Amino acid sequence: MKRKALVALAGQPNCGKSTVFNMLTGARQHVANYPGVTVEKKSGFFAVDETKIELVDLPGTYSLSSYSLEERVARDFLIHDHPVLAVNVIEAPNLRRSLSLTFQILELEIPTLVVLNMMDMAEKRDMVIDTAALSKKLGAPVVTSTARKSQGREEVAQTIKRMAASQAVPTFRIDYGPLEYAIAQIEERLPRETFYFLPRRWLAIKLLEEDAGAMHMVRENAPDAEQILEMVRGLSAEFRKEHGEIPESYMAFCRHSLAGEIVAACVVSPKDSRYALSDRIDAVVCNKFFGPLILVGVIFLLYYLSIDVGYQLTGPLVNQLLAFKATLSSLLPAPGVIEDPLFRSLGIWFMESMVALLTYIPIFLILFALIAILEDSGYMPRMAFILDKLFRNFGLHGQSTLPLILAGVYMGGCCVPGVMATKGIPDERARLATILIVPMMNCLAKVPLYVVLVAAFFPQDRTLAMFFISTVTLFMALPVAKVLTLTVLRKHDQAPFIMEMPAYHFPTLKVVVGRSIERTWIFVKKIVSIVAAVSVIVFALLQFPGLSDERLAEYGARWNTATQEFRTKIGADNAYQGLLAGDNLDRYVLFADAYRQASMGLSDQSAADKVAAEFADREPAFAPLLKPAAGDKDAAAIRTAMRALDNNRKTIRREMKNEQLNASFLGALGEMLVPVTKYAGFDTKVNISLLAAFAAKESTVSTLGALYTVSDGEKDASLDKRLQTEMVGYTPLHALALMLFMALYPPCLATSIMVQIQTKSTKWMLFSIGYLMFLGITVSSAVFTGASLLGLSGMQAMWTFYGFAVLVTIVLGLYNPQPKPVAILKEKPA
Amino acid sequence: MTLGELGPGCRCRVRRLRARGVLCRRLMDLGFYPGVGVKVLRNAPLRDPVELEIDGYFLSIRRSEAHEVEVESHEA
Repeated sequence: MKRKALVALAGQPNCGKSTVFNMLTGARQHVANYPGVTVEKKSGFFAVDETKIELVDLPGTYSLSSYSLEERVARDFLIHDHPVLAVNVIEAPNLRRSLSLTFQILELEIPTLVVLNMMDMAEKRDMVIDTAALSKKLGAPVVTSTARKSQGREEVAQTIKRMAASQAVPTFRIDYGPLEYAIAQIEERLPRETFYFLPRRWLAIKLLEEDAGAMHMVRENAPDAEQILEMVRGLSAEFRKEHGEIPESYMAFCRHSLAGEIVAACVVSPKDSRYALSDRIDAVVCNKFFGPLILVGVIFLLYYLSIDVGYQLTGPLVNQLLAFKATLSSLLPAPGVIEDPLFRSLGIWFMESMVALLTYIPIFLILFALIAILEDSGYMPRMAFILDKLFRNFGLHGQSTLPLILAGVYMGGCCVPGVMATKGIPDERARLATILIVPMMNCLAKVPLYVVLVAAFFPQDRTLAMFFISTVTLFMALPVAKVLTLTVLRKHDQAPFIMEMPAYHFPTLKVVVGRSIERTWIFVKKIVSIVAAVSVIVFALLQFPGLSDERLAEYGARWNTATQEFRTKIGADNAYQGLLAGDNLDRYVLFADAYRQASMGLSDQSAADKVAAEFADREPAFAPLLKPAAGDKDAAAIRTAMRALDNNRKTIRREMKNEQLNASFLGALGEMLVPVTKYAGFDTKVNISLLAAFAAKESTVSTLGALYTVSDGEKDASLDKRLQTEMVGYTPLHALALMLFMALYPPCLATSIMVQIQTKSTKWMLFSIGYLMFLGITVSSAVFTGASLLGLSGMQAMWTFYGFAVLVTIVLGLYNPQPKPVAILKEKPA
Repeated sequence: MTLGELGPGCRCRVRRLRARGVLCRRLMDLGFYPGVGVKVLRNAPLRDPVELEIDGYFLSIRRSEAHEVEVESHEA
């Protein structure tokens, strides 16, 4: 018979719980969020003989109180989801501390399998654990494993199967000495029929601990809840008077002592030498002088390897994707001479959006692998340790370091993994503040606009201008974080900063590669699908309502004039007049265009010949025109005239596109916004490209490119040259305002979605979009209008603003309204 | 005397936890109990937080939180 069993996997942070999870379930796992909270629920399936097991990975917690979200999630699962047993993973070298969680699971009377993990570490230190004795003391089976090397899988799985079948309730009990009387009294008072779903002794203990969750449970279920709680308060006060201690600490102390006794009886451990090496490494890594230097070096290396090297690696991928795109576009309806079919434009737009996102994959794989190395080696907590004080002055947290680095604290990153990485920040207020400022970092997609603007408007001072925009963002983000924590985030929970500094160890290839692939996959799954859907919407906003029939007819007429000119130029006696008569000319224009595109970038002669042969095959009649034979004067004349016609066609298409963008919904919105944005120096065209950038910031440059057309048929000049000549009346000051706006620009669509996922709140997502929009327009207007009034040049305005931002950062960093920066929660959260 | 007042290299024994609520629980979770020996290893480059050795492992704690732990020093 097939049996199915629900098994919980519990353990303290850093105990190797996820490696045990992976060891048992292999690749078959499923990640979902617990409803309503930000904590992820990972469940995996595996089978032992005929028993099918669903293993649910609970969040890592030190205990099962209701102080933190993770603890509440773990506890609620154990109580309400009725797992047939709990697998408690313990870091064998840290047995003593780990036992307090084991005790609390056993007190819930859930059959528990204790897995002593990281046995290789324990053995390396000559630690001998008497598992039989430990099992006897706990009244629960104990098995050993080294999940990192997949050792112990079979024994763990078999024991799970055996325990799932037998369902023996644990008999383990801690003697709380003088509190036993109070516990018995309360247990007696709790009606059995009301609290049938959990051990009443456990509830009595938690009530004495003044546990908010337990009190809530009583209020929910018992009609005379207030009397019960009154009685608990009385007993607690009595105990306090007699023993000078609150029950909560007394009971914790009982557990701690018991853990000490058990470890003394079951473990033989020589003097702990595990940390001797770590201590020596920390002496350098956390040193006052070397610490920050090493930190900067590590960050530099991280960017260099992922962005620079990663970018080079994207080359082949981009070519692959472009080739694939070309293949797919050939399946779309054929292009028109001056107007493409709607379905074709949509298809190409959609593919371009996808290609832009997918090219990030190599960069992400490298970035995530490097981050996994930092995490697995134990350096990550050291980074938080070094920077905590600095960040705390701005309402952030030592662990805000990673999200900011990922998002591009200097230049080149991506806000999506940045927001994703805030998950590890235990302090809710600092976590939200970090999520809100992450979009202000310089992600990769902002860089092209910076480059174009700097090249066009600060040609003499490129390096300085790039340095300005790379570093000024941090001096804007830190003050904003501070202001946010003092205002909108004021009431959010803070958590103490007590962080384990695990011993350094050498990262394993398996962990690094596994984690890198897993996280990249999450990115692909969560983001790409949604961006795909929204890119279609943005397309529609840019496309409709479209041009009126009269306008279309006018462009058509212009094309007719151009073709007339062409015919006149080649002369009536041209041998190919007949071939190109009527619609055939349009057909030839498209054919020649397709040929040009197909042979573009082909340096190899044989490949070029192959393409030429293919095209000649397709339209044999046109073949002599593609490559005029020597002496064929008529064909040569057509070639020359064709160049002018092509340029005319390009101009008409650009102008049409331009007019259509201006007439689109987004265009109308861009025009409507001019009264506001004119103070920042933005005109309709800039507005349109900024609005389109919300889908993906990379598109700013391409939209600008579409809007700033080259009117006189000049050959495709590079965009910065075009901007220089076309943005008439634009000054470096305009460019500065635009760059600052881009730096503060609301999170792109993908990031917004990630903000929603991480905060579990659409409200915060909208807030992050709205406040950054407001901030961006305010800052760029202040800089533009202010500098215009003062008559400052672009460079002067740039460095005045820089000085101002640094000054505000210093002042706000020193401003500390609370003398004790950490307001420790005196009240327990509900 | 509190743990927050001690400099690198000091050894001490925990006397009492002043903190209540979540901080108290967190401190106990990580092994801060009356009688436990603690060694201050080093300060962060900006003097805060501090790295400690307790019960055989290392952890870091902010100075303001270390002030919530009363200790008696037994060697400087």
